[in-house]
Amino acid sequence: MRDGWLILRSQRLPLSLRLDRRAPLTIVTLLALSLLVFIVSIGHGEYPISAVDVVSTFLGLGSGNDDYRLVIFEFRLPRVLLALMVGAALAVAGTIVQGVTRNPLAAPEIIGVSSGAGLAAVSLIVLVPGSSVMLVPPAALVGATLAFALIYGLAWRGGDSPLRLILIGIGLASVTSALTTLVVTFADFYRAGQALLWLTGSVYGRSWEHVRALTLWLALLLPAALLLAPQLNVLSLGDEIARGLGSRVTAPRLLVLLVGVGLAAAAVASAGPIGFVGLMAPHLARRLVGPAHEGLLPVAAAIGALLVASADLVGRSLFAPIEVPCGVVTAIIGAPYFLYLLARTRMRASGGET
Amino acid sequence: MSMLEAEQLSLGYDGPAIVDQLNLVVTAGSMTVLVGPNGCGKSTLLRGLARILKPRSGAVYLDGKIIQKLPTREVALRLGFLPQSPLAPEGMTVRDLIAQGRFPHQRWFQQWTVEDERITTQVLEMTDLTDLAGRQLDTLSGGQRQRAWIAMALAQNTDILLLDEPTTYLDLAHQLEVLQLLQRLNKQEGRTIVMVLHDLNLAARYADTIVALCAGKVVAAGKPWSVMTPEMLRQVFGVEAAIVKDPVNGAPICIPHGLVGAALSQESALEQVVYAGR
Repeated sequence: MRDGWLILRSQRLPLSLRLDRRAPLTIVTLLALSLLVFIVSIGHGEYPISAVDVVSTFLGLGSGNDDYRLVIFEFRLPRVLLALMVGAALAVAGTIVQGVTRNPLAAPEIIGVSSGAGLAAVSLIVLVPGSSVMLVPPAALVGATLAFALIYGLAWRGGDSPLRLILIGIGLASVTSALTTLVVTFADFYRAGQALLWLTGSVYGRSWEHVRALTLWLALLLPAALLLAPQLNVLSLGDEIARGLGSRVTAPRLLVLLVGVGLAAAAVASAGPIGFVGLMAPHLARRLVGPAHEGLLPVAAAIGALLVASADLVGRSLFAPIEVPCGVVTAIIGAPYFLYLLARTRMRASGGET
Repeated sequence: MSMLEAEQLSLGYDGPAIVDQLNLVVTAGSMTVLVGPNGCGKSTLLRGLARILKPRSGAVYLDGKIIQKLPTREVALRLGFLPQSPLAPEGMTVRDLIAQGRFPHQRWFQQWTVEDERITTQVLEMTDLTDLAGRQLDTLSGGQRQRAWIAMALAQNTDILLLDEPTTYLDLAHQLEVLQLLQRLNKQEGRTIVMVLHDLNLAARYADTIVALCAGKVVAAGKPWSVMTPEMLRQVFGVEAAIVKDPVNGAPICIPHGLVGAALSQESALEQVVYAGR
């Protein structure tokens, strides 16, 4: 019984936890990879800094080069940190949405977060001349929340239903993106460019202020997601089984969804809608540690962080000095991956039963 | 003492009532099988009994208390429910699935106790799944997969088990495998089992009580020999059938030989054949 699981149990306190045996090593490996990307990414740029200098500057043993400190701590660190955090948040949100809707092709976009945030942010950039850049994240946050509330409300028919949530989510997403396009057409050249860049998703020019805001959200919502892992496990077996096992289904599902909305909205607010991370990360994580959410959530978070940080690094290096926004890079990897998943799901569906 | 009881129970979805002012008593420790034609309300009734579906009127009583007023978790500690052809997430192993059955016994910080582990191990042995524990559900045969789902319900460790067509899509050997397992649980562990079955002969062989439903009402309920009669088959299923005795275990066997409405035309068809032969 024990093989396959790692069981942590306290002798004295009523504490116990069951994880997939593969989870700890996987998480450590992913974190090590992320650290590697982190160091390379910090060192990379118009003003290159060697990995050794990056590490020694962090450890405070630097050769006393103040330029290094300035470049690292003021310009590059917030950007790289933000990329890692945005990736983790999107990945966990995607894991939640896929678990709740029981649909491996679902992504945070489905609960309206990206499109709602997009419409709000673009409207602010285009329609309110002279508005501060710092107002974009809160506007995006409000837009995302409103979009989710609208979808959830419309999907309510004397009760909730994951299927209605998906269908209405897709419908509302196309309406909002049409509206977003409409708003962009009203814009002058400069503002239209700014709006489109935001819609691609990028961590370009992000400051400590963005990092602080996102840290607050993650500190609150990531632990919440982990605590809700058992509920997610049960919900992913379907409503009837979940109810039979003693879950109240509707209330816990809304709670879990709100955590997902919060994470995705916070991520999108600070970096724009970086696509496909919420779709890919949970998938890759499931391959690595199976579908139990206690292990799946942290592994997906680590994969998401690694993905976005790598995408940002790649986007900055490919055509340097021109920067490709990391949302473009994730889309280049993500779109074929999505098609592959679609093909595989269809094959499973047609030849599934043995 | 009756453990599960429906009183004047009406159930439905959007349209008209599917189960209509139905009364049913499930005695403790019995194996009850619900039979009836498609759309008669068998599955709906089972959902109502399991508190998945809210009654329109009437009530379900669990140990004398209105089940709707009990907390979901408390119900889950006493009553397990397995719907028809459930679907597990991709990549889930047998062991993972069975562990989910422990959900109602767990707390936020108490996710895997010694008791959880003991019962899971025991259930794996009982359902003969120990060797398959690490296998992913999508790599198993239909019968093995069904056994894994039943094992999940067993890990819940409830006195009552409600199963909706646990033998659907299974070949004969796998059907027997599942039913023998349930019979063992019923006879050896004294668990109360209520299930929906389509195969009348299997129902008659394994049930203590057969409940025949038609249009949301109980038409007949009782021991197999008293329920499996040509009249019931005519009334409930619209079939003309002969009932014979199973030479091996003495249960009634039904041999359908025609539809009730078609009986006349069949006779006239026979006449025509006879005429044509002359």
